[in-house]
Amino acid sequence: MDLATPAAAPRSVSHPPARGRLLVWGGYALLLLVAPLVLPSNLERSVLTQIGIGIVACLSYNMLLGQGGMLSFGHAVYTGLGTFVAVHAMLGIADGSFPIPMSLVPLIGGIAGIFFAALFGYVTTKKAGTPFAMITLGIGELVAPMVLIIPEFFGGEGGISVNRTAGPSFLGLTYGPQIQVYYLIALYTFACTVAMFAFTRTPLGRMLNAVRDNPERVEFVGYSTQRVRYLSFIIAGFFAGISGGMYVVHFEIATPDVVGAARSGVYLLFTFLGGATFFFGPIIGAVLMVVGFALFSEVTKAWLLYLGLIFMLMVMYAPGGIASLIMMNARVAAHRKLHRLWGWYALLAATVIVMLAGLAAVIEMVYARQYGAVGETKARYLGMTLETTDVAPWAIAIVVALVGFALFELVRRRFATEWGRIQTEIEATMTSKEPS
Amino acid sequence: MSASYAVELKELRKSFGKTEIIRGADLAVAPGERVAIIGPNGAGKSTLFNLISGRFAPTSGQILLNGERVDGMLPYEINRRGLSRSFQITNIFGRLSVFENLRCGLLWSMGYRYAFWKFLASLTDANERAEQLMRMIRLERKRDTLAMNLTYAEQRALEIGITIAGGANVILLDEPTAGMSKTETARFIELIRDVTAGKTLLTVEHDMGVVFGLADKIAVLVYGEVIAFDSPDAVRANARVQEAYLGSVLADAQVAEGTRVHAAHPGHPGH
Repeated sequence: MDLATPAAAPRSVSHPPARGRLLVWGGYALLLLVAPLVLPSNLERSVLTQIGIGIVACLSYNMLLGQGGMLSFGHAVYTGLGTFVAVHAMLGIADGSFPIPMSLVPLIGGIAGIFFAALFGYVTTKKAGTPFAMITLGIGELVAPMVLIIPEFFGGEGGISVNRTAGPSFLGLTYGPQIQVYYLIALYTFACTVAMFAFTRTPLGRMLNAVRDNPERVEFVGYSTQRVRYLSFIIAGFFAGISGGMYVVHFEIATPDVVGAARSGVYLLFTFLGGATFFFGPIIGAVLMVVGFALFSEVTKAWLLYLGLIFMLMVMYAPGGIASLIMMNARVAAHRKLHRLWGWYALLAATVIVMLAGLAAVIEMVYARQYGAVGETKARYLGMTLETTDVAPWAIAIVVALVGFALFELVRRRFATEWGRIQTEIEATMTSKEPS
Repeated sequence: MSASYAVELKELRKSFGKTEIIRGADLAVAPGERVAIIGPNGAGKSTLFNLISGRFAPTSGQILLNGERVDGMLPYEINRRGLSRSFQITNIFGRLSVFENLRCGLLWSMGYRYAFWKFLASLTDANERAEQLMRMIRLERKRDTLAMNLTYAEQRALEIGITIAGGANVILLDEPTAGMSKTETARFIELIRDVTAGKTLLTVEHDMGVVFGLADKIAVLVYGEVIAFDSPDAVRANARVQEAYLGSVLADAQVAEGTRVHAAHPGHPGH
C-alpha cells in the first residue's frame, strides 16, 4: 500500500508491504527536504512554501469531496478564519501578550479551524448532497462580508499585517530567512499529509467512504450519517485551519480575500484537477494551483481563461483528474501494454498543440485589444507581433484552431477505440487469473 | 412490557397522505421464530418492514423490540438495539471491496464507533469476524473485488452478509431471493438458514418454495392487516386466508409443493 491507494477503492491490509510504503513516504520527505536546495532563489522558495500550504488545504478539502462525497463551496471559510485567528496569535507574540513560539502558529490556526468547523458544520452537515453544497455556499457568503463588518478583528479592506520575526527567537529560529519558513511549513505539510492519510485507515475514515457510497445503508448498520459527516467535517476543518495558519506565517498578512468564495472555488477546482478519487490527487492539484497562480499568471493575462478551458476538458474527458490518468496508465504499464499507446499520445499532443496555438492566438489578440494600452493594436504572441486590425491574423488563427480541433477529434476517436481494446484485454487476463 | 417477544406490533397504522397502508396490524414474534410475511401485492409488506426498521415512523400504534418501544426511533438507533435488515433492491457500498463492506457492517457493533485514533488494520477482532463472515456467505475468493463488480447473486449474498455482520438477534430480510434463478434460490435458502441460525427471522417473500423452506410460521398481510399468523399448515387451512387469498398465492404454494396442480389462477383478491 502506498500513497497511490485509491480513496475510492481502499483495500484492506493484512500484511502491508512495508518497504513500498516506506519508499513512498521516504521519497515524499526527501522531496520536501531537497526541493529548496535545488530551487534556491527567493521566488522559487516562496513558490515551494506556498505549495506546502496548498497541499494541506487541498488534502483537507478532499476529505470532504473525495472521501465523503461532500461538495463544499466554502472551504476557504476554514482556511481563512484559521489565517485571521493565527494573525492575532502572531500579534500577541509580537507584543508579548501571547508568549508561544512562532513555530506553533499553524496549530493555532488549526484550533480555530476546529472551532469554526464545529460551529458551522453543525448546520451544513445536517444535510448531504445538493443541500449541503447550497448551505456551504450560504455560509461562505455569510462569512465574507463579516470580514468587512467587523474591522476591529479582521482589519477591514486592508487586512492585518504582522511581522513573523517580531517575537523572541526560539531554538535559534527567527524566521527571518525564507529557508526557515520553508522548512517549518514543509514539516507541517509532511505531518499533516501523514495524519490525513492515516485518517483514511481508521473506522471513521472508512465509514466516511461508506456514507459517500450509500448513506442510507449506513443508517442500517448502526451509524448516524450526520455524525459521520460532522466529525469528518471538523477534522477537515482542523487541517484547513493549519493551512491557514501556515499561510500567515509565510505571507505575514491576512486580507479579506482569504475567506472569499473565489478562493473556495480555487480549492474545489484544483482538487478536482489533481484527482479527488485518489489520496495523492490533491497534492498534484496543489502544485498546479501554486505554479499556475505564481508563474502562468506572469506569462499571460488570460491564464484564468486557459484554466477554465482545461477544467472543462478535464470534467468532460477525465473526471478522475490527473491522478486517475496516472493510475490508469500505470495499470496499462503494469500489463506491459503502454508501448502501444505512446504513438497515440504523441499524436494527441501534437493535435492539441495545433488547436491551442490557434485558440491562444485568438485569445491573446482579444486580450491585447481589450486590456492593452490605449491605441495599442499589436499583440505579442510566440515571438510574433500580430496586427489585430488586419483580418489575416484572425483568419489564420481560427483556421489553425479548427484544423487542430478536427485532427484532435479524429485521433481521439481512434485512440479511444485502442484504449478500450487494451482495457478489455486487461480485464480478460485479470478474470482468467482470478480463482473462481 | 412483554419481553417474551422479540418483535411485537400493536395496532400499528401508517398513512401516506390520505391513503392508509397499514391498518392496525398486530403481530407478536417469539425469540428464535422464523416468520414469513406473505400477502398480495400492495398489502403493505415492505411498508411494514420499513416501519419496524425505522425507515418510516408509524402514524400510530406501537412497535416493541425485545420488549422495548422503538416506534419513532431512527434506523441506527433501532439497529443498535439489535435489529438488522436487508433490502429488496440491493443496497451495498458499491465502491468498497467485499471485505470492506462486511467490516463496515460490524464496526459499530464491535464498539469502534466513530474512532479516528485507531487503525482498521489493527482491529484484529473486527478483521477476523469480517473474514469469517466472508466465508459464511462464500465470497472469500472475492475478498478485494469492488461490490459493484460482483454478479447479482453475489451482491445478494453480500447484502445478507452486511445484514448479519453486526450480530443483531432480529433479522429482517426483504425478498432475499428476488430476481434469482431456481438453483440459485435453493442454494441461497440454505445459506440464509445457516447464517441466521438461532436468530429471530422475519422475511417478506413471494416465492412459496422459499416460504415453506424457511419459515416456522406464516403471517398473512392483507390490506395492511395481519389476518392470520400461524403454522404453514394452519394458515393454509384458514378460512379467512382462503377467502382473501384463494387463487394466486396459495395456488402457487401448492404448485411449489407439488401437492396439487391448479391450472387456473383466478387472480389477485380484493380491489
